[in-house]
Amino acid sequence: MTEAPKPGPLTVSPNLLVTSYQTVGPYFKIGLEALYRNDLTNPNTPGRIVEVAGAVLDADRVPVPDAVLEIWHADSSGRYMVQPQVKPFDDTFVGFGRVPTNEAGQFQFRTIKPGPIQANGPDIQAPHILVSVFMRGLLYRLITRIYFSDEPGNADDPVLRSVERHRQGSLIAEADHGRPDRYEWNIYLQGENETVFFEL
Amino acid sequence: MSPVAAPPGQFVYRKFQEGVLPPNFCPAYVSSVKRAPRQPLVPLPQTISELTGPIFTPPESVQSVDLTKGAHGAALGERILVGGRVLDEDGRAVTGTLVEIWQANAAGRYLHASDQHNAPLDPNFTGGASFLTDAKGRFRFETIRPGAYPWRNHPNAWRPAHIHFSVFGPAFATRLITQMYFPGDPLLPFDPIFNSIRIQAVRERLIAVFDWDATVPEYSLGYRFDIVLRGRHETPMENKP
Repeated sequence: MTEAPKPGPLTVSPNLLVTSYQTVGPYFKIGLEALYRNDLTNPNTPGRIVEVAGAVLDADRVPVPDAVLEIWHADSSGRYMVQPQVKPFDDTFVGFGRVPTNEAGQFQFRTIKPGPIQANGPDIQAPHILVSVFMRGLLYRLITRIYFSDEPGNADDPVLRSVERHRQGSLIAEADHGRPDRYEWNIYLQGENETVFFEL
Repeated sequence: MSPVAAPPGQFVYRKFQEGVLPPNFCPAYVSSVKRAPRQPLVPLPQTISELTGPIFTPPESVQSVDLTKGAHGAALGERILVGGRVLDEDGRAVTGTLVEIWQANAAGRYLHASDQHNAPLDPNFTGGASFLTDAKGRFRFETIRPGAYPWRNHPNAWRPAHIHFSVFGPAFATRLITQMYFPGDPLLPFDPIFNSIRIQAVRERLIAVFDWDATVPEYSLGYRFDIVLRGRHETPMENKP
């Protein structure tokens, strides 16, 4: 073929039912690896560099070696960088990362600690990272949030407060006392201490 | 009413209707049993965090979206063209959004260390690509029709032929990962993943349509696969003068 393929006709499908989800299955690396990013920092990014590390564990506490997390968060001033980005490590902060688990079900990423976010009216959201979780065995993505244990603002965060008190801890990454700027946060898919997952 | 719901005058994304999303816990899909959460999901308001998302700008040169040309020659199998649009529920084009795809080769084998299916790999086929939708929300790629392959969900289980699609859309709230199937595939009625979606019409949205207009004479068949992301609700303005 010498000609480039021509775009198809622009007819709108008769039925605009929303497209539903299906699992990523076990082989997502083929399509998703190009955007794997577990270091969102660069020398020009203002803010405090933090590392978040943990594991994804199933109902039997068996590590999940084939999960991929996507993270989305604000910069250190609480602003989301939604301007077009070409290069992942240029002098702007994207706030998007994609992190697969390793053979031991562990993940870690390095980023800038997000700032508090002005929500609506007087409300302020405490610093947080949004997370989508994909893996074989999940038909639909899981959505959760990571907060930071050393943030006084957590007590007033409207989303954290909407969660039953005894489950709030699953959304909070614990500061590692031995290693400043390192936080531990695990995903418990099921069972005791099941992580809070959200409906969006 | 949550205190951090979108302020008046902004929009939020529509909720999915009951039965549109597959349940995560789905015993017929055995892998879900130990991995799906069992607690009810907690409603999350749509704040600025959920209403924003990464944006990807086009590369400087036009991406070649042709999976059929390998390092050493043409990939083996039935060449197909797959095209479509990314739209929202109101028919608005979702432009410049990143789409990533991955699939098995014609023999039903993925280029992945975990895939031990006894079928040949094709040195000229990786099965992965990514591209952005154009100004009308269109995308188009040339590939090889993937083969069906066995999996261990139940005795003599076979996945229907499919292509995985990952789509970002404009926000965290619109992020979608799904699979495209082929019309007339005899395995569809038996596939627990496809059938996890309760509403028949929603399931069928995942089946590409054979497309004469996209079929190139003497070259390849064309399939059309439109992807519809959540639409928006405008939130009413308060205190209008």
